[in-house]
Amino acid sequence: MKYTKDHEWLRVEGDLVVVGITEHAATALGDVVFVELPEVETMVAEGDEICVIESVKAASDILAPVDGEIVEINDKLVDNPGLVNTDPTGAAWFFKLRLDDLAVLDAFMDEDEYADMIG
Amino acid sequence: MGAALADQIERLGLNDLHESLGAKMVPFAGYLMPIQYAAGVMKEHLHTRSAAGLFDVSHMGQVVLRPKAGMEALCLALEALMPVDVLGLAAGRQRYGLFTNETGGILDDLMFANREDHLFLVVNAACKQADVAHLRLHLSHVSQIEFIQDRALLALQGPKAEMVLERLIPQVRTLRFMDVGVFGEAWVSRSGYTGEDGFEISLPQSRASYWAEQLIQAPEVLPIGLGARDSLRLEAGLCLYGHDLTEHTSPVEAGLSWALQKSRREGGARPAGFPGHERILNEITRGPERMRVGLRPEGRAPMREGTLLFHPDGTPLGEVTSGGFGPSEGAPLAMGYVPVAFSAPGTLLMGEVRGKHLPVAVAPLPFHPTHYKR
Repeated sequence: MKYTKDHEWLRVEGDLVVVGITEHAATALGDVVFVELPEVETMVAEGDEICVIESVKAASDILAPVDGEIVEINDKLVDNPGLVNTDPTGAAWFFKLRLDDLAVLDAFMDEDEYADMIG
Repeated sequence: MGAALADQIERLGLNDLHESLGAKMVPFAGYLMPIQYAAGVMKEHLHTRSAAGLFDVSHMGQVVLRPKAGMEALCLALEALMPVDVLGLAAGRQRYGLFTNETGGILDDLMFANREDHLFLVVNAACKQADVAHLRLHLSHVSQIEFIQDRALLALQGPKAEMVLERLIPQVRTLRFMDVGVFGEAWVSRSGYTGEDGFEISLPQSRASYWAEQLIQAPEVLPIGLGARDSLRLEAGLCLYGHDLTEHTSPVEAGLSWALQKSRREGGARPAGFPGHERILNEITRGPERMRVGLRPEGRAPMREGTLLFHPDGTPLGEVTSGGFGPSEGAPLAMGYVPVAFSAPGTLLMGEVRGKHLPVAVAPLPFHPTHYKR
């Protein structure tokens, strides 16, 4: 598992990258009540705001961690946004990306580095 | 946060207790306040509706008005600042009030209680300095104005609030909605900001931790932060000053005409004679141009404060002044202002969320039934 400074986790699954938010981020957001997902087959660039998460407190975005194509989205989150709080690193994945080259993931933090960052 | 800003944020007396209860503290109206505890906003909200929640609202302003020349002169002087019947309020009762300005806007909303030989006011935290200055300017000839700085304010809200509080103060069960009583060191009113039955309890600062700990030890009670306080009052259709009410909003537009008793209206015993009475009484007679309405977004996306509202044909109509998610309703909820022609429940509007126009229906207030003990 790799981590971004925006508190997303990235998990390689075959030739795809699965993206979600960390438990730390889910806790900080509070109870999630709304999730808006991108369309499948969208080409995204690193830093694009591609998902919206709203908690009882506020709205925030999920940014595309790398360039790629959205090939699958987790529709379950639309009907059950609370999954983001109950299982942020499992059932509450947001989308799967196809990348040109998985080697770009090497630049992201590993678990220890992420743990250091959030203190 | 810079050190200079941090210095201006005051810690209230129960800060240590909040932190020991796992509160996330945030600056609010100049004070460090608990936005939520370990349970989180959703659970705190639902617990208040099903059992009881304890809120620290010590940031609010508490003011005693002690008459210099009799209660009647004081009540009449206060009526010169509010479109509300002060003189007719019986001893032991509390009423909702509004300070208005010359253009009929609202300077603050407040609760005031008749405690036989004086009046007790609770005003909003962000307005309290200005309110006290306003009272000193206009009431000093008839009243001492005591800005209470050494008392905390707790609110115990929810269907089990009476059961919990009567273990400490047996007499509270005799209070009905908007009754007040002084029980030793505790100044109690049966009121709140959640739509539930409950109490607001003013206590000496030195004793507040003791009381809060006694109440929080009750198995029915959870501590509740400002986050759930906001979602509870939104579901109850209650206004938040600075958002739903401002110095430009009239009480009539805000749907608060119920707070303007007949005695202060045309044909009443003491009509007009308050700031902005021309606009306010005119709006009562002829209707205002716009009205505060409840809004239920048809999708799941919350429409938060500032969301612009449109006619389905794209004509701008107004904006959301409070919005978020209602945990007891399981849906996003909002309040906002629209022209009267579009204020009937069921009217379909559009709210602009992240550039998209999404459907939202005008809905009756409150969103969630209230449970006051009348």
